[in-house]
Amino acid sequence: MEKGIKTVKVYILGEGFDVPAASTILAAMEYAGFQLTHGVGCREGFCGACATIYREKGDYKLQAGLACQTVVSDGMNIATIPFVPAEKPVYDITKLTPDVATFKELYPVIFRCVACNTCTKACPQDIEVMDYIQALIQGNIERSADLSFDCIRCGLCALRCPAEIVQYNAAILARRLYGRYLMKKSPHLAKRVEEIKQGVYDQEFETLKTMDKDRLREKYYSREIKVK
Amino acid sequence: MYPDHMQESLRKVEQTRPERLRLAKSGKDICARMLEEESNGLLYKFHPDYKDDARRVIRIGPNKGEKLTTEVADLLESYARINPEQFNLKQPDYETDVLVVGAGSAGFAAALLAAQNGARVILDTKLRVGDSNSMMAQGGIQAAVAPDDSPPIHYLDAIGGGHFDNKPELVEALVKEGPDAIQWLSDLGVMFDRNPDGTMVQKPGGGTSRKRMHSARDYTGAAICRTLRDEVLNHPDQISILEHQPAVELVMDEAGRVAGAVLYHLENREYFMVKAKATILATGGFGRLHIRNYETTNHYGATADGLVMAYRVGANLLFMDSVQYHPTGAVYPEQIVGFLCTEKLRSLGAQPLNKHGEIFVHPLEPRDVEASSFIRECLEKGNGIRTEMGRQGVWLDTPLIDAINGENTIIQNLPAMYRQFKRFNIDITTEPMLVYPTLHYQNGGVEINNRCETRVPGLYVAGEASGGVHGRNRLMGNSQLDIIVFGRRAGLHAADYALKTKLEKLSLQHVYDYNKEVKQLNVKPGKIAPMVLPDYIPEAVKQRQFSTHYEGTLRM
Repeated sequence: MEKGIKTVKVYILGEGFDVPAASTILAAMEYAGFQLTHGVGCREGFCGACATIYREKGDYKLQAGLACQTVVSDGMNIATIPFVPAEKPVYDITKLTPDVATFKELYPVIFRCVACNTCTKACPQDIEVMDYIQALIQGNIERSADLSFDCIRCGLCALRCPAEIVQYNAAILARRLYGRYLMKKSPHLAKRVEEIKQGVYDQEFETLKTMDKDRLREKYYSREIKVK
Repeated sequence: MYPDHMQESLRKVEQTRPERLRLAKSGKDICARMLEEESNGLLYKFHPDYKDDARRVIRIGPNKGEKLTTEVADLLESYARINPEQFNLKQPDYETDVLVVGAGSAGFAAALLAAQNGARVILDTKLRVGDSNSMMAQGGIQAAVAPDDSPPIHYLDAIGGGHFDNKPELVEALVKEGPDAIQWLSDLGVMFDRNPDGTMVQKPGGGTSRKRMHSARDYTGAAICRTLRDEVLNHPDQISILEHQPAVELVMDEAGRVAGAVLYHLENREYFMVKAKATILATGGFGRLHIRNYETTNHYGATADGLVMAYRVGANLLFMDSVQYHPTGAVYPEQIVGFLCTEKLRSLGAQPLNKHGEIFVHPLEPRDVEASSFIRECLEKGNGIRTEMGRQGVWLDTPLIDAINGENTIIQNLPAMYRQFKRFNIDITTEPMLVYPTLHYQNGGVEINNRCETRVPGLYVAGEASGGVHGRNRLMGNSQLDIIVFGRRAGLHAADYALKTKLEKLSLQHVYDYNKEVKQLNVKPGKIAPMVLPDYIPEAVKQRQFSTHYEGTLRM
């Protein structure tokens, strides 16, 4: 231990280790000598690989968080979750309808929701998980897609759910249905794809591709910039 | 909350804010953009690539004699992780048409297109399927969709940003397929941000002359990557997935073609051999090499394994003398140092400021220029803000975003950024961020053509592992586009090739040969690659690990 660094004692899988007080759970585990191959991914809170269950000193509650985003505290008891073996049905997105019938068929389990809100409390992203499941039950795909948007699929909701719901897998289906079927289509996009297909820009590309660097440079530095 | 010693500087930021806001709203440029001569001078003096020891001559392989980034040259001059004698080449453990290595968005796009074109696919990955840099991209994906924009204008922006070194055929493919990529992703269900009339929300990025950044809040990469992952998982009959078993060496056949890979299982430490008619490397970049000791925005697995494997079978590299440092990595608090603060913050109006609260560079210069100007402001001009840990940074004035675009813009459009700082008690709607350049992207990589072919038959590369698309500096939003466009192309062309190919006997002769050459350089035994994972175990712990040993960075 380097001198002058404030440390705390944490319990990783039950074993005590002294680690720097400012560490995240992930950094504390590495400091303690764990070389991680599971329960670690992007290390910045985007991939959901480091779902962790922990308990703080003197508390009976089991809390859920991301190892890469949660700072340790003295006496913290830590168990990382290497993998969540949740069910994901196979489907053909082009053959589904964006409505409640699809969820009755693919995720009938969501209708068992007892509205206990445990999933929401477990979510390290502070997503209203129960609300997006309730929205699905009511057939409101748009609301479900919107509420679940920031989901990073760590699986903690499903792990804590007393009704065995796989919230995060139902949510990706909700967002895909909304994105594919319910969002307004961009008129510019279809038009541009068609123009390219018809070769509208081919001539211009031939000219650009055969330009030497000096001419390209001149063209680049004199180009019109339509953003301020 | 920022510590006391930063408060005086924060007050200056607040004092200058009304005038800067007025300027931003006036429609005039808030700061002049740099001309070529000025930006070249700045890069030469301050960009980390131009330090004396940043590059060195590589003494081995297809790029022998060229100057490469020092850490890359070191990695390439390493022994193989495997002993080729131990493998039974007559009995591969898996056989398939197309092997895709890497399960980020490029790997997913490749697997989907290969399967769609009739190939059996194995998708192999180091950690969990989907754990990748793709998942972490925040700001956006470029595509020339708007009426005042066009693919040729996008071409000029990309090639100018890359200092005119980009391979023209690759840039053409990139920008021409941009709109189709957006269409494809939308049809798969990616929720790109829309205006009420259905048109795409489009913002500028550094070095773009039009507003062409499409986003999905600030989870753009995640929105794309998780959708593609879900789609890949919907094709279990054609796409088999192998997780937690990184490829550590390519396999060839006696006709000199790439014919699969050797995998190393991280849990039970077994090795497996995959025989494949075509192999696609979508292994991403090199952030975890911590070049020049920089912190990085990159995923845990970003250790350039693909470069090493490709180089040993004779594929050449392009522009591996250039490293992208993202201008805005977090510097405070200490727990998030190096983390990405998306360029979308600047697209939406956040301004970089020195300790006096002064704007010192246009917020949307290309990344290398922007980053270099931050370094100059801190190291030469002494205008940085210091943290207790001795780091320096400049302010990124985020409260301007809501002031310019309307209340709740940050909460609605930058939820990841808001959440990231709020976790550590900094509210970016009222306080600026403290930022400094962070190691972000591998500009170069394995040279490919517009079919994603390398110069070795049977080997395809897509995404960050490839080189040529971005020249020596990538623009924001062009990597998300790259991985979709070239991921799909790799899948398509690899499938076509695989279905026409009959392999000869398998061989690992290239591993013997390469090891022999490394030995002739007097490289010390035990220096091995690919790295697979970085090593963050403290030395004091290692000294008590009496009965284990490390092979490279991996504990055995």
